[in-house]
Amino acid sequence: MRLDVADLAFGYPGKEVGRGVTFGLAGGEVLCLLGPNGGGKTTLFKTILRLLAPRGGRVTVDGEPIAGWSRGRLARVFGYVPQAQLGLFPFTVAETVLMGRTAHIGPFATPSRGDRAVAEEMLAVLGIGHLAARPYTEISGGERQLTLIARALAQQPAILVMDEPTASLDFGNQVRVLGEIEQLARRGIAVMLSTHDPDHAFLCAHRVALLHRGRLARLGPPDDVITRESLREVYGIEVTVTEVPRADGRISRVCVPTLSPDARGILPGHPGHPS
Amino acid sequence: MSPDSISALRLSLQVAVAATALNALVGIPIAYALARRRFWGKSLVDLLVTLPLILPPTVVGYYLIVLLGRRGLLGAPLYHATGWTVAFTWYAAVIAATVMALPLLVRTVRAAIESVDRDLERAAYTLGRSELRTVLEVTLPLARNGILAGLVLAFARALGEFGATLMLAGNIPGRTATVPLSIYTAVQTGESGEALALVVVLTALSCVVLIAANRLGARTA
Repeated sequence: MRLDVADLAFGYPGKEVGRGVTFGLAGGEVLCLLGPNGGGKTTLFKTILRLLAPRGGRVTVDGEPIAGWSRGRLARVFGYVPQAQLGLFPFTVAETVLMGRTAHIGPFATPSRGDRAVAEEMLAVLGIGHLAARPYTEISGGERQLTLIARALAQQPAILVMDEPTASLDFGNQVRVLGEIEQLARRGIAVMLSTHDPDHAFLCAHRVALLHRGRLARLGPPDDVITRESLREVYGIEVTVTEVPRADGRISRVCVPTLSPDARGILPGHPGHPS
Repeated sequence: MSPDSISALRLSLQVAVAATALNALVGIPIAYALARRRFWGKSLVDLLVTLPLILPPTVVGYYLIVLLGRRGLLGAPLYHATGWTVAFTWYAAVIAATVMALPLLVRTVRAAIESVDRDLERAAYTLGRSELRTVLEVTLPLARNGILAGLVLAFARALGEFGATLMLAGNIPGRTATVPLSIYTAVQTGESGEALALVVVLTALSCVVLIAANRLGARTA
């Protein structure tokens, strides 16, 4: 399925966060949303998912506006992985993942054997089958993140929206999640994720959108978007973008920042700039 | 107690239970709309629902007569169509008590709904639950204690309603004379024993209700 966002304006009642956001996302593609804190990434996601009312523009799936879709239909197309939070209720990991089947279950029915099988399969896919009986409130942050991804996958969505799926994960789990994202795209799912780490975008994204002050500052392949100039413009820091060979023989780009006080305080556009 | 006092007690309980049920039916949706929805005329609804709290009950009763009396805005067409009028019936006492109790219920329930984490509702939405089912399965269960406290307050207010009831329903023994009205009549006619009995019963009932409300409030906090 293909997602198109056209001239979207988004924000909260009485407060606009961003506008003029236009991009498309096809099945099998990974789009990485990059940008400073408060740039509007989460608000944009929530607006695309209709958790917030759009202030302008429109969102279509295969050309059809989703504005009138029921929540059930939305949930069968869009899977959402929110930023992992401490759980409030001690549902087990298996129950949490099973909740992903909500939109596939009839109005007064309970989950079928098939639904349970899908949930179990997703636990296995993410390698957290051994956690199935543990309460969601008592597992680690990384395990919670993997549980939420499994839940979204149990929805069997065509489009997966992930809000900082690597935040608060240790290095190993970050890499595991990025690897999972690559696998999902190979299966034909359209994946949209936000991250704070440009290196993650280099690793898994086909395209990168740079969201700055509620507008798309750049949009394109990672190599074109993540540059010394664009990061200086958006973050007000100095970075060197360089290429390193990987163990698997391929080449990865990485960003290496410079920790100079000059770069932090004097560059125009940075909050600390005296102008 | 005299048979009149017993029937007043039974009537009062009947009226209060019916008014509480109506409050739940009407007030909880209003409270939800005020807490969660944005709609045209929202502040007007808020104002109308709150007014009975600050207006003298007789003023509310007067408005109810203007609206529902035999020559009222709604009452006249109803009378012409059916030959029946709500004024001076048991139903009038229920309507008066409902309107007077509504602000307490709506304000309590609204606060309870507003304190429910919206992200929990959003989680239900992203998993495909409709707004109605999210309200029934997520929002209201989480606001349960506040809703119960609001219903208890509404019940207590309905039980003690005097002014608006007198205006719209009158003071007809056995039909519209609730306990507060019967106490008034008993005092006016010098039956101080009857008055005292009813006062004691109503005080005891109110204490029970208040203790229940406090218990619920403590559990909410």
